Amino acid sequence: MRLLAVPYAVQRTLLAVVQLAVLSVLVFVLTSLLPGDAAELRFTETLTPEQVAGLRIELGLDRPAPERFVHWLGDVLTGDLGTSLISGGPVAGIVRHSIGATLVLTLATLAVVVPLAVALGIVMGTRENGRIDRAITSVTLALSAIPDFVIAVVLVAVFSLKLGWLPATWIGGDLLSSPALLILPIAVLFGRTVCLLSRQVRAGTVAALNAEYITQARRLGVPRRRLLLRHVLPNAAVPGVQELARTGDTLLGGVLVVEAIFAIPGFATALVDGVETRDIPTVQGLTLVLAVAALLINLAADLTCNRLVPRTALLR
Amino acid sequence: MAEAWGRRGFLGLAGAAGLAAVTGCGADSGAGGGAGSGAAAQPKQGGRLRAVYAGGGAKEVLDPHVQSLFVDIARHKAMYEKLVELGPDLKPVPRLASKWDHDGTATTWRFTLRDATFHDGGNLVAEDVLYSLSRIVDPAVPERVAQSSLATLDLKRSKAIGPATVELVLTAPNAEFPALLAGIGTQIVRNGFKDPSKPVGTGAFRYVSFEAGRSMIASRYDDYWDEPARIEELHILSADAEARANAVQGGQAEYANDMTATFARTAEAGKTVRIVAAKASTMQAFVMKVDQPPFDNPDVRLAFKLLADRQRLVDVVLAGRGEVGNDLFGKGYQYYPAGLPQRERDVDRAKALLAKAGLIGKQVEIFTADASAGFVEAATLFAEQVAEAGVRLKVSTGSPQTYAKDLLTKGAIGNHRSGAMTIPQYFTDRLLSQSPFNVTHWRRPAFDSAFAAARAVTSEQERSAKYGVLQKTLRDEGGILAWGLPDYLVAVSAKVQGVQAVPPNTLDQGRFDKVWLA
Repeated sequence: MRLLAVPYAVQRTLLAVVQLAVLSVLVFVLTSLLPGDAAELRFTETLTPEQVAGLRIELGLDRPAPERFVHWLGDVLTGDLGTSLISGGPVAGIVRHSIGATLVLTLATLAVVVPLAVALGIVMGTRENGRIDRAITSVTLALSAIPDFVIAVVLVAVFSLKLGWLPATWIGGDLLSSPALLILPIAVLFGRTVCLLSRQVRAGTVAALNAEYITQARRLGVPRRRLLLRHVLPNAAVPGVQELARTGDTLLGGVLVVEAIFAIPGFATALVDGVETRDIPTVQGLTLVLAVAALLINLAADLTCNRLVPRTALLR
Repeated sequence: MAEAWGRRGFLGLAGAAGLAAVTGCGADSGAGGGAGSGAAAQPKQGGRLRAVYAGGGAKEVLDPHVQSLFVDIARHKAMYEKLVELGPDLKPVPRLASKWDHDGTATTWRFTLRDATFHDGGNLVAEDVLYSLSRIVDPAVPERVAQSSLATLDLKRSKAIGPATVELVLTAPNAEFPALLAGIGTQIVRNGFKDPSKPVGTGAFRYVSFEAGRSMIASRYDDYWDEPARIEELHILSADAEARANAVQGGQAEYANDMTATFARTAEAGKTVRIVAAKASTMQAFVMKVDQPPFDNPDVRLAFKLLADRQRLVDVVLAGRGEVGNDLFGKGYQYYPAGLPQRERDVDRAKALLAKAGLIGKQVEIFTADASAGFVEAATLFAEQVAEAGVRLKVSTGSPQTYAKDLLTKGAIGNHRSGAMTIPQYFTDRLLSQSPFNVTHWRRPAFDSAFAAARAVTSEQERSAKYGVLQKTLRDEGGILAWGLPDYLVAVSAKVQGVQAVPPNTLDQGRFDKVWLA
């Protein structure tokens, strides 16, 4: 069975590479469709049309799009993400600069969400349709139904502006000296992700508990605790792990909103700035890094499931 | 010409509601001193001030000659200075140049330099000025924004007369030259200044650190010639409107620039934040292209001006924070013809004019975008007002980011907003045949030459009268329907004192060396 996992991993990796190639073309085409270019938008009210034309030549924006794409791709393949049209600095620098805040935010959220969601999922699954199950379901469903920005605005209004307990934005603060900066953003992202994840763990738990091998194990007198930890949890975790990968994607969407509201100088902020100024190399570089991250997470999730319950791989 | 200094504007009123600082703003005649130091409370020393501005991400720059955003302007202002600045009425006031004079024809100018020192210890001398100007007009770098406004500067014939006197020669007479030296991107840098990432200026704060899209930190310069700053450390940070509002209310910033009327209402209900409102300091207008039907007919232009219910537009679109406009730019500024009657709504007369033009029952398209607060709302509301005369105004919406450029070519009527700049500057940018941002397509050779002639008149009174005639023509025949003059709103935390409400791009706006924390 182990031997089979290797070609599966190779297969999955190849698929990821193809996905990446398609994605980079898509990003390029879509950003090209945006009205205006970097030369125009950079100094839209300060430069004369003639000066903008000169700037466009300087930035290489006068060359045809396919040529620019090939040029960019060539650079990326040699490990060079290119140069920002706006700041003139390397895109890799922008990536390095902005990735920290986003990474901290995402990992910290996961660190809170995952154990909680797994615990909640098991509690719900083992008490299927009981009072506790229904109560937790209602609360988490309600949380996930409220848009992020609404939760954010309410939390800021209450805990920052009214009570003054927590900082409302990251403006003028840094994480090392005030870790409290993380609390509200995590609370917002928590509401978004905890529901789906705990639902999946719950479903997995219910399915596992009803499986014949559990019934058999019970009949053999395996203690309940051991039953849950050794037999139910690994099976219940499979949909959970896959959901976790999707949670990563969801989180990235949520981070976009959260970074804007709390003025967090992270990836999403850099990406939005890049789009607004039509800084295509920056948008491409950031998207590429995000895409690689998403692909890696999904790849890891699939391979992990493959290890947890090998038969899922065989069935594919 | 550089437009950035018109992006947003401010006009003078005293800062703190409770402070009787109004007297301090009284405009000294041209060569007067600095700003009023009207201090009712005793200024305190020390502390850190964090000011938040709308950010520009990677677009933000440290090079003072390349600035285009408000946040850049504020940062550079802390570290660098200009020869001349603009007072609250947009009239030139001395800064690094303590005085100036010309040859009688406004062609050759002499500026006397103040005894100021750069942050590296060097004294300000004439060579620094000549170097700075040559750096600004370097044709190889079009991003240096003051380039076009200083196009008539003849550097080959300009020279140092001594260490503290510089002679600047123009290729054509221009009595407005000092004001041009007060424009965006005209800061004086050190002779030989090459690396913008290591700022060396004469300003009240010296550079500590900078991260584009986030922050600039500067500390007090103790040898500043014009009384060292009260605060110890200055942070100028970038954030969007929502985050600025939260930061200043949540105590993470002490100063938030460019706030909305909605925020002002909320903030004024509480105690933590005070609003500093510069009354009627920017302009909101509809602009009609005078060479395109139906607005190539002067009757139609006048009819549209008569149809605007200006008070209602101000009440709804500006949430009441502003004044009605009189189809002219620059109310309260030097050269503004204050005597002209306010244009009132007259639907019947408008109807008659539109009937004569055969426009009743027809449809006209108004081109708008969410490019600036209130644009789409104003267009929509105006469409209702025009409908009362039997003309359908169809609102079509474009892309916000490219609107400023698109407006030059698209739509016969659209939205226009302008901030503070001198009235001659506004003319140069928008109302001459060759103006790069002539959104009304107002191209009249006779108007151009009358303007050039007025600008060369050395007597201020005579010049003012000549500008006045041109402005009356514009109000009656031009394509600008200036319906509202929005207030410019800044939010400060309750402990911040000494903030003056003056137009942006003027000396006392965003001037943190005069501010203190109570």
